[in-house]
Amino acid sequence: MSSSTLSARPAVATSGTTSANASGVSDAATGPGSRYIIADRPQHGLRAALARRESLLALLLLAVFLANSILLPHFLDLDNLADSTFNFSEKALIALPMALLIICREIDISVSGILALSSVAMGLAHANGAPPEALLPIAIATGAACGCLNGVMVTRFGLPSIVVTIGTVSLFRGLASVVLGDQAYTGYPQIMADWGQGYFFGFIPREFVVMLVFAAVFAVVLHATSWGRRIYAIGNNPVAARFSGIGVNRYRLMLFVLTGAMAGLAGYLLTGRIGSTRPNIAMGWELEIITMVILGGVSIAGGAGTIGGVLLAVLTLGTVTYGLQMANIPGIYMTIVIGLLLLATIALPRLLRGRKK
Amino acid sequence: MMPLLKMRETQLALCIVALIALVGARAPVFVTPASLANLLTDSTLLIMLALAQMLVIVTRGVDLSMASTLALAGMMSAQLASRSPDLPLSVVVLAAVVIGLLLGLVNGYLVGYLELPPIVVTLGTMSVYRGMVFVLSGGAWVSSHQMPADFIAFPLARLFGVTHLVWIAVVVVLAAWYLARHSRFGRDLYAIGNQPSSARYVGIPIARRLLWTYGLSGAMAGLCGYLWVARYAVAYTEIAYGFEFTVIAACVIGGISIAGGCGSVAGAVLGGLFLAVIGNALPVVKVSPFWQSALTGIVILTAVLINARNGKQGGRQILPLHLNRQTGSAA
Repeated sequence: MSSSTLSARPAVATSGTTSANASGVSDAATGPGSRYIIADRPQHGLRAALARRESLLALLLLAVFLANSILLPHFLDLDNLADSTFNFSEKALIALPMALLIICREIDISVSGILALSSVAMGLAHANGAPPEALLPIAIATGAACGCLNGVMVTRFGLPSIVVTIGTVSLFRGLASVVLGDQAYTGYPQIMADWGQGYFFGFIPREFVVMLVFAAVFAVVLHATSWGRRIYAIGNNPVAARFSGIGVNRYRLMLFVLTGAMAGLAGYLLTGRIGSTRPNIAMGWELEIITMVILGGVSIAGGAGTIGGVLLAVLTLGTVTYGLQMANIPGIYMTIVIGLLLLATIALPRLLRGRKK
Repeated sequence: MMPLLKMRETQLALCIVALIALVGARAPVFVTPASLANLLTDSTLLIMLALAQMLVIVTRGVDLSMASTLALAGMMSAQLASRSPDLPLSVVVLAAVVIGLLLGLVNGYLVGYLELPPIVVTLGTMSVYRGMVFVLSGGAWVSSHQMPADFIAFPLARLFGVTHLVWIAVVVVLAAWYLARHSRFGRDLYAIGNQPSSARYVGIPIARRLLWTYGLSGAMAGLCGYLWVARYAVAYTEIAYGFEFTVIAACVIGGISIAGGCGSVAGAVLGGLFLAVIGNALPVVKVSPFWQSALTGIVILTAVLINARNGKQGGRQILPLHLNRQTGSAA
């Protein structure tokens, strides 16, 4: 992307004309001069390929995988390996649209709240006699509606998405717990259990397949269509993108709705897998999902990142979690590992590059 | 009078008074001195954390690791006190503050000197610190009978009829006010938040300022960690889980712009107070406590909407206004 030429002109042109709100918000995410350097022309060759986040992650994944299979006797058991994908499939489903949002310089903290609310909506509908087939549309529609609220607040009123979604996560989870009270919805129909816990060919978890299919779709959309290129353009410079004729706010709104809908879908699968809706469903997932996305090389300042990287990060984290489980180490150690991985992946390149002005 | 009324802080203060009056009208027990004193005590931890978070947000940053730092410092101070009960209380409190400071300085180093994005750094340290609480405690609780009596008694003990918690909060508010309004350190933070590149040109040591801002935020979380554990007389892995968002919400309600460079001590205090009033009022007016989270969400959204509208009418963008006036006089 020739972002340097894109950014120079409109910035001058708009400094006097745009309202306080538009320039304030777009500056808010990164300030002048993003922390991430975008080269004028892509580098080629082995060294450049090795420096890419994706190759680092692939090596890390390989290393973790090999270490686990040497150290842990039952790690390579195919049934175990297949079952270990249950741990991350739902989160990964939300991580995909979240990656798009973050590339676009937005963020959605409210995904776990949306998930909880869609799960409650399904439970409510089921308790009032909705047919089993209607539950998936209900979950997705609830999610999309929640995402739409986020999107409208961000695009129509020009509010920073992090603040809006901190507010809406409280609202959505609050509404879920108001409906739920101290009860829980259980007794979901068999079709949900089939999708949440079931296997294709008695071996591959359906959730994992669903996740892979969506990952493929997202990868194609982001990397091979003009929609995807526009998302990068918006993330690199929203003002320049607007001036070059991209409906920036329409894209933002659409991505928020998409994230909500995917959270709804993940809610459907998660509810089917655990067979109940409780107030603490998916608590704290938003930060795990954002960690996955950032670990996958998506820049928090926007405009950079790939679906492949996110998928590799998801698989790496999944393998580490599974290894720790096999080694009988409590799950909370995993949070330390995730945190250190996140810090190391962003700090190491910076330390290696040295402090240059 | 009118400029005062137009100030966001005054409006928020009036809202709080109106809210208290409204709740008091339905349930007179809410406005008794004892109940109001209780409310004040309940709000102190949130207010103190919001003040520290405010300084971070003013620099265009955010400290998501605050609640985890609080938990880790609280757990360590509880363990210290339970293992060596003869230690004077001041040493335990100091230990909590120093632990918090060190944890915060880690954030500050990564954000300031390595110039990494604050949200990512604190997201990472948040998980690490929370995990360390579990590792240190082995998942066990430190409960009230394991802690020395004076350790637990201190926060709620009274001096001149007011709890120590409130006195500490008063001192913290005054210190934060001095720091933000009258110290070079505080003014530098506003400069960094408003325009980092200009701040660098005028010679503000940005990295050092950020290092100590996050250090301060950590130290405050450490202090509150001790107070939290002592007040509720229990320490476990999930203390204050998710509280970082409540703190940020208090800041947002108080009109502190997440875009940086804008925010006042009064705003942070009132934002924290507002959330505390809602939390304490709901049980009194017999609204199901399940509504609290939903109401908090609505309040946050309303507050940012109002603040955004205020922002459009002026405020932050000084230069364009100045330019307009110049062109106006020329024409």
